[in-house]
Amino acid sequence: MSKVKKALESKLAITVFSIVVSFVVGAFFLAIMGISPIEAYAKLFSSIFSTPKNMAYCVVYGTPLIFTGLAVAFSFRTGVFNIGAEGQFVVGSMAACVVGILVPAPSIVLVPLCFIAAAVAGCLWGLIVAFLKVKWGINEVLSMIMFNWIAYYLSNYIAGFSLIHSDGNAEATKNVQDAARILFPESWRDALCPSSNWGIFVALAAVVVVYIILEKTTLGYQLKAVGFNRHAAEYGGINVSRNIYTAMAISGALAGIGGAVQLLGMGARISIFTSQESYGFQGISVALIGASNPIGVFFAGIFYGALKYGGSKLNLIGAPSEVVNIIMGTVVFFIAISHVFRFTRIRKSKKKKEGAQ
Amino acid sequence: MDAFINDLGIILYATLLYTPPLLFAAMGSCFSELSGIVNIGIEGMMTIGAFTSATVAYYTGNPWIGFLAGGLAGLAFGALHALATVNLGADQTISGTAINFLAPGVAILMAKALFNSSDTIPLDPTAKIPLLFSDVFTSGTVWSNFFKNVFNTYASTYLVFIVLIVVWFVFYKTRYGLRLRACGEHPATCATLGISVTRTRFSAVCISGFLSGLGGACVTMATMNQFRPTSIVGQGFIAIAAVIFGKFRPQGAMIACLLFGMCSGLKVVVGTSNAAVSAQLISMIPYVVTVIVLILFVGKSRVPAANGKPYIQAK
Repeated sequence: MSKVKKALESKLAITVFSIVVSFVVGAFFLAIMGISPIEAYAKLFSSIFSTPKNMAYCVVYGTPLIFTGLAVAFSFRTGVFNIGAEGQFVVGSMAACVVGILVPAPSIVLVPLCFIAAAVAGCLWGLIVAFLKVKWGINEVLSMIMFNWIAYYLSNYIAGFSLIHSDGNAEATKNVQDAARILFPESWRDALCPSSNWGIFVALAAVVVVYIILEKTTLGYQLKAVGFNRHAAEYGGINVSRNIYTAMAISGALAGIGGAVQLLGMGARISIFTSQESYGFQGISVALIGASNPIGVFFAGIFYGALKYGGSKLNLIGAPSEVVNIIMGTVVFFIAISHVFRFTRIRKSKKKKEGAQ
Repeated sequence: MDAFINDLGIILYATLLYTPPLLFAAMGSCFSELSGIVNIGIEGMMTIGAFTSATVAYYTGNPWIGFLAGGLAGLAFGALHALATVNLGADQTISGTAINFLAPGVAILMAKALFNSSDTIPLDPTAKIPLLFSDVFTSGTVWSNFFKNVFNTYASTYLVFIVLIVVWFVFYKTRYGLRLRACGEHPATCATLGISVTRTRFSAVCISGFLSGLGGACVTMATMNQFRPTSIVGQGFIAIAAVIFGKFRPQGAMIACLLFGMCSGLKVVVGTSNAAVSAQLISMIPYVVTVIVLILFVGKSRVPAANGKPYIQAK
């Protein structure tokens, strides 16, 4: 147990170290542009922490990222790289949108229906890729990239249907019915922010479910075994193909639910895309920063959401919000090379031991 | 018949306009993947190349200096990826993801610093990559229009096919190419034969960045005339798909890139002439076609054996 604790601590230490370094790199770029890094970071942090409203926005921004982060983290642990969370998120969002606009039902029925539709859509989108991989051995990274774009254009196509397309000139769908929204009650939202919603609690529930599946069930054990060593798992009698299906189904459903949360909580409608919204790709960073651990992913999602929201306020002082991308990129880069630091630390401690002898 | 030839000419024109960025990047991807390093940072390297080339061409007024600068900017990020993955043994997918955040971030940030906008200032026609054979092919009859459409095109289009032949030659006819492919298959064996796996892979990933940067430059200096944050979106990933589709061979990747390029061309032609077919569905064609072709003809694409596995050379 103490060993596990130590490993976690060192991972956390590396993450914190990476974040600090990335802010230094960001400061360097701001300085090149002739913007005072201190002023910019002061604005960034005051936009995040100054009022309950701002902090609530950070949580709202972070919620969908927790889902895509969980989706990617789950796939990482089970030996598949789900670069397709982007597409699963989009089809999930669209499924929830169609149900949310068309099905006349009271809130108590409609909201779960929207979530189920989103989960099923995301799940199917993931299963197609798993099927192509198992049946024909098609490289999953390639097919996921294809299905991300197919989802993108499919969503744009469906958004054009007159049944759900906006009545006005807007290049978007109609708003979903109020009964489908998952916003907090009016009085709470006055205290927090206008888009505060129950999504964060759904995210918490998802974190718990994923944690239990991975750590406490036979299914999770098998999935992780395939993730560690496919051939050993197969030799040990685990059906690898079935595991790929299961992993992609669960991962896809998580990303799909993320799409529903974003729609029912924040957007209320789907606009015609002009570029990929990147929730899925950002989920990759979230999973990496959270060390593919469900609890880590939760905090990493909020962290990313906070930077996204804070970054959007940087324009007010003439600083570019892209500095956030540079910061996130640097964090991920340092996490990628982090084992170097760990390695040197082990060597040092070994040397110390030898010295003691 | 005349209308058909005319349409065909326009489709070929569009195909040859949209193919070069993909093909440059795909050749870059080949270099990296064949040496055993997964590079999903191609997208970011294209973006930084697109921005740098448009900016340098704007300030110098010389398209070729701009074009080269785009390649060098891609090379810089290639070197960063190489440092992380080859020398430090980092997870290659993670490092590539980082590049995809960093490079566009830097590009847009610098655009805002220099131009006060996320777009660069449009290039004069003289600062763009020149159109070749404008005097040779003139419009007139149906056939002369056809030839004008097909052959009176940007120099980058001609260049990319020349580079393709060079790349093929390097891979399959030179010692460096053999070593590079061997490093991707069995690095430990290479090391025992006295080949520096580290140096070979490092150079391959740098070349990968350079070619991707050139691909980005084709977008901003030929297809378009300025850099916008949406200039590249997804083309790097499509190039990677083309390489897997082409079974990690440059000539296979070329066919895939032409296919993707033609679909983009079809989108332009059909999108403008026929409103009955949804532009969204037409846009979907290249991706659906890829999947179907993979199922029907290609099957398993054989990935280089050591692809994605870090190799730290013993001292």
